Amino acid sequence: MAFEPRIVAFFCNWCSYSGADLAGVSRIKSPPNIRIVRVMCSGRVDPTFIMKALSLGADGVLIGGCHPGDCHYAEGNYKILRRMAMLKPVLKAFGIEEQRVRLEWISASEGEKFARVAKEFTEQIRSLGPLRRNGLPHPNAGVEKPAAVSAS
Amino acid sequence: MKHIAIDPVTRLEGHGKIDIFLSDDGEVENCYFVIPELRGFEQFCVGRPVEEMPRITTRLCGVCPEAHHIASVKACDAVYHVEPPPTARKLRELLYHVFFAGDHTLHFYALGGPDFILGPDAPAAQRNILGVIGKVGVEVGKKVIRMRAHHSAIMELLGGKKVHQVTSIPGGVSKGLTEDERKSVEGRILEMVEFAKFTIKVFDDIVLKNKAYLDLITGNDYKQKIHSMGLVDQNKRLNFYDGKVRVVDTEGKEIALYTPDSYLEYVAEHVEPWTYLKFPYLKKIGWKGFSEGSDSGVYRATPLSRLNACEGLSTPLAQKEYERMFSTLGGKPVHATLATHWARVIELLYAAERALELVRDPEITGKEIRTIPTAVPTEGVGIVEAPRGTLTHHYATDERGLVRKVNLIVGTTNNHAAISMSIKKAAQGLIRKGVEVNEGVLNRIEMAFRAFDPCFGCATHTLGRIPLEIFVRDSSGTVLQQIMRE
Amino acid sequence: MAKPKLALYWAASCGGCEVAVLDIEEKILDVAAHFEIVLWPCAMDFKYADVERMNDGDIDLCLFNGSIRTAENERLAKLLRKKSKVLVAFGSCAQEGCIPGLANLTTKEAIFRANYIDSPSTVNEKKILPQPETRVAEGTIEIPEFLDEVRALDQVVPVDYYIPGCPPQSVQIAAVMNVIIEGKPLPPPGTVLGAGDKTCCDECPRVRKEKKITRFYRPHEIIPNPDECLLDQGIICMGPATRNGCGGLCMKANLPCRGCYGLPPNTVDQGAKMLSALSSVIDSQDPAEIEQIVGQIADPIGTFYRFSLPHSLLRRVRV
Repeated sequence: MAFEPRIVAFFCNWCSYSGADLAGVSRIKSPPNIRIVRVMCSGRVDPTFIMKALSLGADGVLIGGCHPGDCHYAEGNYKILRRMAMLKPVLKAFGIEEQRVRLEWISASEGEKFARVAKEFTEQIRSLGPLRRNGLPHPNAGVEKPAAVSAS
Repeated sequence: MKHIAIDPVTRLEGHGKIDIFLSDDGEVENCYFVIPELRGFEQFCVGRPVEEMPRITTRLCGVCPEAHHIASVKACDAVYHVEPPPTARKLRELLYHVFFAGDHTLHFYALGGPDFILGPDAPAAQRNILGVIGKVGVEVGKKVIRMRAHHSAIMELLGGKKVHQVTSIPGGVSKGLTEDERKSVEGRILEMVEFAKFTIKVFDDIVLKNKAYLDLITGNDYKQKIHSMGLVDQNKRLNFYDGKVRVVDTEGKEIALYTPDSYLEYVAEHVEPWTYLKFPYLKKIGWKGFSEGSDSGVYRATPLSRLNACEGLSTPLAQKEYERMFSTLGGKPVHATLATHWARVIELLYAAERALELVRDPEITGKEIRTIPTAVPTEGVGIVEAPRGTLTHHYATDERGLVRKVNLIVGTTNNHAAISMSIKKAAQGLIRKGVEVNEGVLNRIEMAFRAFDPCFGCATHTLGRIPLEIFVRDSSGTVLQQIMRE
Repeated sequence: MAKPKLALYWAASCGGCEVAVLDIEEKILDVAAHFEIVLWPCAMDFKYADVERMNDGDIDLCLFNGSIRTAENERLAKLLRKKSKVLVAFGSCAQEGCIPGLANLTTKEAIFRANYIDSPSTVNEKKILPQPETRVAEGTIEIPEFLDEVRALDQVVPVDYYIPGCPPQSVQIAAVMNVIIEGKPLPPPGTVLGAGDKTCCDECPRVRKEKKITRFYRPHEIIPNPDECLLDQGIICMGPATRNGCGGLCMKANLPCRGCYGLPPNTVDQGAKMLSALSSVIDSQDPAEIEQIVGQIADPIGTFYRFSLPHSLLRRVRV
């Protein structure tokens, strides 16, 4: 079976999620590989979300926010901008290709842009291949939570 | 071929085991001292900022982090081509000598000392710090704990933390000493000097005045005629902190005197597949196997070798003891492994005296403690004497000061071959056809490595016994005899 | 009534945690009086066979320090989990991997090559590497296998409690032992003991103002103001992403925290937390300027994950 990229996306409610919605309503085709999680603002996206997605099976992560200056909460999108700048060298040191995590500004009216980005990103991840996990299972697999301990 | 495995060896920093092979007629064919662990500092430090190395390399050892901390910062200074201000240098030296005294005190009372203070054939249950206290009194036990407390308090004051110090950085130290702090440190060090003198007296009264022990020390089972290494100052006197590495041969003749940055011309390391630890040897002579003598590249780097390799000590009381030791044992160099215990207590006194000199130096409370490096970082080597042997840290960086390459030759590593040979010699002397391999025999084999203080001074409260379990198997692995020491 | 049984074991460890236990000074006598110490290889009689002979749960409390690096470390972790009622991950190595966990940024092959072949002082023409089994003239010698990655204790067996620190501060260890000796009830499993429930900033004496950073400095590049927050002055300090409990020792010595007390409460990944915290204080909205400021951080992964790499979400480098 050919490799189908699994991409997790975090889209802000006011701009990029609406943009993706618009693409849907306008019947613009886009690949099904993108699973979108709606957050109120791209500034809500914690680097933990990105790392967790990658560690649990995502081959790529896409973050969508409002264009600079248009953030519904004024400065939220600058936060994700700075976090991404800080995250990139860390991901690189983990051996994760820079292209697997992408930040895009997609406004509520940019249904076309969403579809284009979704298609491009999916193809890029397809050519990068699945994210290698060194053949190791999740480290906590098979380790049960400790039972309640009585005072001794 | 019978195979005796002593696994694990305890009171060793980290893990170790001894594999002894006996021929069919019960003689020792060979003996291997195996280190079954590795963590990979030389590789995983690549990419780290070099100024972090004094805080990273302390994790090589939680018993002697100070040694790595200081060797590391000296390498960093060399990498950055920077000289720390005199006060900073003296503060580092002060930290270092207090550490040395504390570490040697612990080894003597808890690890090496019990063999003499109680006697090598004393019941195992007594051969520990509690037995020592029983023999020399509870007050002494409390004093040992107190010395440890002094050591820890000064490490926290000068080094930032009791274990895994932080204050040394390229170009200086991050924290100075106020006059009030200095007075309190001086009070502690005065007690350490007194206790060092007392310890020498204990060694005198209990060991040297006992002919049986003197015979044990000078006997053949524990003699190793190999080269000796130690750091010396420009007058060829012992120096723990700085100087050149001097090596003297089995007759005491100088065969090497090198600066840290030329260490690669003098020391090389040999690899065997049955142990994770390498075997350093003198490069110009070459690796000739596990053999003694001037033609072998094997050397020792221990308190004894340091006293062999130097021409004296710079502090008065310790210098007297140094002279007394060599005149008692018939001149230099001394090859009796068990005499390392004696050398250790002399070094203890030297370290305490030197610490006192430093804490009384007028510059010790100076305000200039940092020089900001400005040169482009390149490469550097830092060497100190760790309690267990000469310690070398070598770093190369890129132009941003990120580590590109690390090479480490650690104190006890220097002695890996010597310890292996020492155990073999003791085993060969003690295990032979017709002799029952019993508990007393095992302890005397252990004494052969314990004298080297294989980096583990951990036991202020060594309770109980050294565990030994020996399985004598035939060549098919069937257990013929099981000897346990409870 | 029989004394409760105490075990102290070290896996891939530097020995610092053992030293920290001994540095509780007089309190060690209370510990020795209250417990029967059945296992303590650094100081006492210890045989693997003795532990194997015990019934499951015979050991009341096991303080396990060191990370899981070799097959022997793994074997003892599983054995001690079986034989212990309460298993504590003692110190940073057992809790999250600690500094040797940085080996997860490289591979076993690279470590062996650096140590035994490429090392400038090593002469090894035959490219000999240590082997789990070696046939020598007289017989066979075995050494434990070096595993492919460093793991924390709870990545191998379930763990009941954590005592963080590199090493845990002796005063904290003494406090925990007191609670146990006095028979007070144990908190829920999974609790972090011997530490606070805030971050290191809480116990740092320096004055914190609003942070607007346009330039990062490495500790040797400037002499910081002794009273102000180090991060305010541009020196990266892991305080905001580290649990309190150590007493703020490093900051009092004029150096930044490097994170040895591990994850603060309600955090999943220490590095991600620090990364996020630093991003909020960079004073710029211009992508090029942001890149330039971020570029001044000398070793992001080795700084943000100095102690916690094996336990991070991504755990190790992809090869």
